[in-house]
Amino acid sequence: MTLDTVHRAGQTPGERQPYTELGMKDDEYARVREILGRRPTSSELAIYSVMWSEHCSYKSSKVHLRQFSTKAPKSEALLVGMGENAGVVDIGDGWAATFKIESHNHPSYVEPHQGAATGVGGIVRDIMSMGARPIAVMDSLRFGAADAPDTRRVLPGAVEGISSYGNCLGLPNIGGEVAFDPCYIGNPLVNALCVGLLRKDQIKLATAPGPGNKVVLFGALTGPDGIGGASVLASATFEDESQAKRPSVQVGDPFMEKLLIECCLELFAADVVVGIQDLGAAGVSCATTELAAKGTGGMDVKLDLVPLRDPTLRPEEILMSESQERMMAVVTPEDIPAFTAICNKWDIPVTVIGEVTDTGRLVMTWHGETIVDIPPGTAADEGPVYERPYHEPTGQAALNAAGPDGLPRPTDLRATLLTLLGAPNVASKEWVTSQYDRYVRGNTVLAQPADAGVLRIDEVMDGATPTNRGIALATDGNGRYAKLDPYAGAQLALAEAYRNVAMSGAVPLAVTNCLNFGSPEDPEVMWQFAEATRGLADACRTLGVPVTGGNVSFYNQTGSAAIHPTPVVGVLGVLADVRRRVRHGFPEAGARVVLLGETHAEFGGSTWADVVHGHLGGLPPAADLAAERALAAVMAEAAERGYLSGAHDLSDGGLAVALAEACLASGVGCTVSLPGEDAFTDLFSESSARAVVAVKPEHFDDFADLCARREVPCYGLGVTGGDSLVVEETLEIPIEELRHTHQATLPGIFG
Amino acid sequence: MSGARVGVVTFPGTLDDQDAARAVRFAGGEAVPLWHADHDLKGVDAVFLPGGFSYGDYLRCGAISRFAPLMDELIPAARAGLPVLGTCNGFQILCEAHLLPGALTRNASLHYVCRDQRLRIENTTTPWTSDYSVGQEVVIPVKHGEGRYVADEATIAELEANDQVVIRYLGNPNGSINDIAGIRNREGNIVGLMPHPEHAVEELTGAPSTDGLGFFTSILKALVNA
Repeated sequence: MTLDTVHRAGQTPGERQPYTELGMKDDEYARVREILGRRPTSSELAIYSVMWSEHCSYKSSKVHLRQFSTKAPKSEALLVGMGENAGVVDIGDGWAATFKIESHNHPSYVEPHQGAATGVGGIVRDIMSMGARPIAVMDSLRFGAADAPDTRRVLPGAVEGISSYGNCLGLPNIGGEVAFDPCYIGNPLVNALCVGLLRKDQIKLATAPGPGNKVVLFGALTGPDGIGGASVLASATFEDESQAKRPSVQVGDPFMEKLLIECCLELFAADVVVGIQDLGAAGVSCATTELAAKGTGGMDVKLDLVPLRDPTLRPEEILMSESQERMMAVVTPEDIPAFTAICNKWDIPVTVIGEVTDTGRLVMTWHGETIVDIPPGTAADEGPVYERPYHEPTGQAALNAAGPDGLPRPTDLRATLLTLLGAPNVASKEWVTSQYDRYVRGNTVLAQPADAGVLRIDEVMDGATPTNRGIALATDGNGRYAKLDPYAGAQLALAEAYRNVAMSGAVPLAVTNCLNFGSPEDPEVMWQFAEATRGLADACRTLGVPVTGGNVSFYNQTGSAAIHPTPVVGVLGVLADVRRRVRHGFPEAGARVVLLGETHAEFGGSTWADVVHGHLGGLPPAADLAAERALAAVMAEAAERGYLSGAHDLSDGGLAVALAEACLASGVGCTVSLPGEDAFTDLFSESSARAVVAVKPEHFDDFADLCARREVPCYGLGVTGGDSLVVEETLEIPIEELRHTHQATLPGIFG
Repeated sequence: MSGARVGVVTFPGTLDDQDAARAVRFAGGEAVPLWHADHDLKGVDAVFLPGGFSYGDYLRCGAISRFAPLMDELIPAARAGLPVLGTCNGFQILCEAHLLPGALTRNASLHYVCRDQRLRIENTTTPWTSDYSVGQEVVIPVKHGEGRYVADEATIAELEANDQVVIRYLGNPNGSINDIAGIRNREGNIVGLMPHPEHAVEELTGAPSTDGLGFFTSILKALVNA
């Protein structure tokens, strides 16, 4: 077997290399040759092909994502912004939170259980690599039609994967979404969010400074996981020794990850880590090039020292392996014994594989022979950047013109509410969420089905200040709105997540996003992407919440049929005193039911149009960001002053669904009358920037004054109490009937 | 009640240890961390085996933990009367260690289940349940994939005859025989249960109840009065 060394590459300039099979374009390959002044070795080709892939380089999205920085609002809370493993936000009292959402869409279609499980594992390691203790996860899931046969394969598998991995890690799952639409058949969206906690002065970064410092690989052994591409390379260049069938999806071991979490926290506490990076996509290639590029600039690695699960692996395969539960750290030589001792305590394999240099080169050897010699920045940061062409889709104007105005309005509003409440997108997601541990670690204040997950900040860390603070998190997205208008759709996704966080009484601070789209090579998809990023960046500026990081997932399409553009937005907020959080829905009888915000007849992309008429057309509701901001300010102040007993935002299905869900939260009914002229519009419109709150009767006047001061329209609708949802002169439904309708749907489909 | 020292054991993969320690402190006791690899019970007055996935639940839940060095100390101490409470994975470990009879198997639904569970207290003679009353209904979360209690007919008959069932499900979440959620040994010092009382001790967090607090106040009273 021939080892493709740097020396050999110099002597065989004309050897054909399988760069096309590795997904590289002719000009990209030419550029690698130009950088190196020779053909790359097969190992170098492995590194450049993965690092310059869409997934790692963001080559199609970069020019648009820049707006998240250039348009970013000033934020004193932002400690670490975009470009690191995850953003970090100051949450007060010396504490910081780090959070990020990331997709694992394609693997979850191929192998739902492992795909979704390793999605959780990957995002958790991102959070760990910031120096934080992961404290909770959330999942935003989208599938094809609920009753489609393939959904019955993908959904239970993905949920079980998240359940088995996340539960075993000991991280509470405190919220997220489950949505269905035929456009996601064949392209489910599995977006996982993790939040971590650290002391403000403890942030770690992915950097390898200090020549002479050691490069340490620790965690699971490296095996042939997720390296389909490298196999292409091996088969084109080498004989067939390591050509066993490869799993194309990585397999996770949550037990190893749990040990890795505890081990990392001890390493951080012992202050024996100079720089750290998790191994995710592109494994060792990514970790070495990124650490070296951000550090002193050079690194020597003995690749044959990487501990292997499969001893037949070739260097190219080691470089591309996506084996899970691995981390890379930079450690001073003096600290190596202490570092190793902590790893040994947690039974974590640990190996020094190299050293930081000041040569400006990443050099890798294989049993003494040089197989990689590149400037690391060229792989990590200087990948190709594309200005992809884009234009408005043919048919977009027609889609926007075919609004919902002509759809027949219902005569029986009671039946309409029950129909919506039982529709898979609105129905209770308890079948899913009851498979997740929402209580572990003992700090869960609110979790599903609350609008936002809320956690108390109470972690044992050296030097930490005790605090009564809490954080709130929510994710939202609406592909139907974004299909009608990607600019507004992205803003509405942000607005809803922001509003959900505000419902708990928290002040929204920062944003993470997961941008799920079709192929960037399709100018119509690229237009959707350009519009959505522009909309999101503009809205972040208006709402004063910066984007701290996130992820782009392209190629969510089958043939030429792309998914609806689906920007999923996560918002993190902070509660100065978590004991003052606002509960979900109607927790007690005797409170005044108040509607906040203005209602217009807005049915484009609505749940009613979808469920009752199978209709998608027109324009989505207007995104009124000033109104969202005012609403959030009212909620924060009302929470602090203790005016509210509960709250619920208005979104899918409008006021009708919000009232029903608020009644179901604690089994407390209500009797209300409608403020407007048209009961149907009042009940089912999806105008944004609205909420229904339960105001303690003794604070009703104060609350009304507060709303007036903030210019938030408020309408007293009635009172909580009783065993039914009563809308005077319109409908009356016993809570038991609401509950049955709401809860029966998913078990009916998934067993 | 201060001064009572309750050991909280951490195995690799234990998850609810900080929650259990917090609940011990919340009830007024001192929580003492115990490490699986040590042959040392640190002189504690009682031991809490918390939930989790010790050793990744590999082989069988609790099957590997049962052989941890700490268990070499704990098993004889428990047989000699040291109060021990195991919840969830802790219950599984107690069964694997044969400190309690029977076994916990895959839920009948084949799904992991996390829910606020209604339960009935059946026995208050143990040092862990004395603050409850017989027949008292409580809400305490369950969260497990392997919580279906099974044992042979003779064992079940013996448990029932000797009043060893400590707590029973109202609305069985996992298919346990006779709705059994928790049991005690003949002597009563060792109790195992699937529900998580440590997640129902504060109004602010966890389940919408504080019904789990009784397990912690019971043991602290028992220790102070001992």
